[in-house]
Amino acid sequence: MDAFLLQILNGLDKGSAYALIALGLTLIFGTLGVVNFAHGALFMIGAFCAVTLQRLFSLSFETIDPSQKDFLGNPLKVKTPYLESWLGPDAGGAIIDWSVPLAILFAIPIMITIGFVMERGLIKHFYKRPHADQILVTFGLAIVLQEIVKYFYGANPIQTPAPDALNGVANVGAMIGMDIVYPVWRIVYFFFSVLIIGGIFAFLQFTTFGMVVRAGMADRETVGLLGINIDRRFTIMFGIAAAVAGLAGVMYTPINPPNYHMGMDFLVLSFVVVVVGGMGSLPGAVLAGFLLGILESFASTTWATTTLPGINQIIIYVVAILVLLTRPRGLMGLKGVMED
Amino acid sequence: MFGLDTKDTRSLIIVAILVVLAPFILNPFPAASAMAQFNAGYPDLMQKFVIFGIFAIGFNILFGLTGYLSFGHAAFLGVGSYSCVWMFKLLGYNVIPGILLSVVISGIFALAIGYVSLRRSGIYFSILTLAFAQMSFSLAYSVLSNPKFNLTNGETGLQVYANDPQWFHRDSLPDLPHLFGLSMRATHKLEIGAWEFQLNVGYYLCALVMLGCFYLAIRIFRSPFGLMLRAVKSNQQRMNYTGLNTRPYTLAAFVISGMYAGLAGGLLSAVDPLAGAERMQWTASGEVVLMTILGGAGTLIGPVLGAGFIKYFENIFSKINDHVLHSWFAFLPDGIEDFVVFLIHPFIGKGWHLTLGILFMLVVIFLPGGLVEGGQRIGNWVRGRKRRKSKTATKTEPAE
Repeated sequence: MDAFLLQILNGLDKGSAYALIALGLTLIFGTLGVVNFAHGALFMIGAFCAVTLQRLFSLSFETIDPSQKDFLGNPLKVKTPYLESWLGPDAGGAIIDWSVPLAILFAIPIMITIGFVMERGLIKHFYKRPHADQILVTFGLAIVLQEIVKYFYGANPIQTPAPDALNGVANVGAMIGMDIVYPVWRIVYFFFSVLIIGGIFAFLQFTTFGMVVRAGMADRETVGLLGINIDRRFTIMFGIAAAVAGLAGVMYTPINPPNYHMGMDFLVLSFVVVVVGGMGSLPGAVLAGFLLGILESFASTTWATTTLPGINQIIIYVVAILVLLTRPRGLMGLKGVMED
Repeated sequence: MFGLDTKDTRSLIIVAILVVLAPFILNPFPAASAMAQFNAGYPDLMQKFVIFGIFAIGFNILFGLTGYLSFGHAAFLGVGSYSCVWMFKLLGYNVIPGILLSVVISGIFALAIGYVSLRRSGIYFSILTLAFAQMSFSLAYSVLSNPKFNLTNGETGLQVYANDPQWFHRDSLPDLPHLFGLSMRATHKLEIGAWEFQLNVGYYLCALVMLGCFYLAIRIFRSPFGLMLRAVKSNQQRMNYTGLNTRPYTLAAFVISGMYAGLAGGLLSAVDPLAGAERMQWTASGEVVLMTILGGAGTLIGPVLGAGFIKYFENIFSKINDHVLHSWFAFLPDGIEDFVVFLIHPFIGKGWHLTLGILFMLVVIFLPGGLVEGGQRIGNWVRGRKRRKSKTATKTEPAE
């Protein structure tokens, strides 16, 4: 039973990353009808926002401390971050420690700007072109973004730790009388993604803006005929989708040190998630994200891998193929979305 | 000739001449000169040109004719490589059985994957093929390389070991891939003046195969079957309404292009008997898409051009480093020299993928027909100017 719950937890935290990326992808499919192969790159850029902020915070100057000696007997050079010297060691140290959560605030404006620029500068011109062209141009863009990040940050993964307070493990099973020890940050990640997903759904469901966007998803032309500037709203949705991908990346950095091709690795799986969930269906994307995450974590148990070696590597693809063949629209796919 | 019309015969002959003379054409700079690093006429690179040419020609039969964008073609390349190396391990180093088997096995793979994937079209098809290719990659990379059942040798890559059976291997035969005793690596060095040309057996074998493939592709393009595939691309729904089942046609195209990819994979193993799983990764599938689009999808010569272009720059561009740049711009004043080098630096050497990405985006945005369309536009522009000149010339001579 313990092991069972542990696998579900494992699945939830992997699934929340899939769900967040797939949600953004589906928002773009549903509103603009564009297949965005650069979405993984947005996830990666989000992660590097966290890296950048941490580096900015830890910018420091060197002083020579004559009272201490290094191993050669010379006076020790001490590095002091500017933040600590301005705000005092306690406050400054705390800010540096909490740089990853703080990067959320840093990443949102950046990601929304990148989203706007991408949509207005490039993707706008591809609405009328075939899907193949959209895939190709966003694929090219993904390569370019990756290489730019690689140029500035190098090819190696960069360790970006979570705040010390959230770095340990917690016994999450204590409440129900069981012994399940799990890393705190992964639990934080799960709740964070639930929060974001809930926020997006509430935004679409309960605001006028969201209502117009939903109407535009259902029938773009009619909404346009009613005198509503639907293009501008869709551009904003693109920015929001980019921000969602970016935030997923920011919070993922302590789990997996970011490197420049992490986006591509997640992208393929996210596409599979979107297809399984049903193209254009937001609840479908979230559901499929969590389902596939849990499925993958169950397939990675020793029992599963000894019965069927390697099942954990291919289970998602097998499920995707089965779903596409039996339910061509995916689990919750809508009629008429990307059917051609 | 060979059942082709004059225009196609001409392009086939031009390609044949280019391919046969490639070791000379690609080596325009003397061996000792500073420009020698731009010479592409060494066997390793020339083999890649023609092999990836085959791969791209095959991909173009699917994408260029039917419009189905497969993002998983590297799977067939990898399957071909593995089958060829297995033939080396079991039968011996003669390349013929290996290449034949790689075509057959990849054809079977393509039949199975195509049968499933072609039930859907558009973006779903792309994602299905992508999923299949990633699955094959995971299988090859980890699942099929456990000690009990080692089919792919995982990360190390499949290669021939001394204790492999190699039933038909004789001591008189070379201990490397060979064609009835003629080693693939045998190279005749031809020195003419300051130039050095390398004529390599492996290259000429691949080149012959590629010419055969090119001829076959022309025949497919011009056949009623090819016409049917084009009809699928322009409007599949209408084809269905006329009562025609298009799936056998698209499936045939998929299998043919899979076999081309398998053949390319087999040849890759034939010139270098080591097959790794990274050949199946989806970035490799992306590469052939890049080649085809860059050259010009749906044209005969485009994919070959694209493959050559990408492989040339991948190998030559990435060799240029800051040192070389400094020597080029040495004529500029010091400060400006450093600045120019600083500007160019991100795009060369290790940053070559950035250049490729930007180039690819520019081609997709402004030149959907690829390099071939670019050439045609320039040609039209030059010709158009001539025509306009003659027109204005006639206009200015009205008899008053």
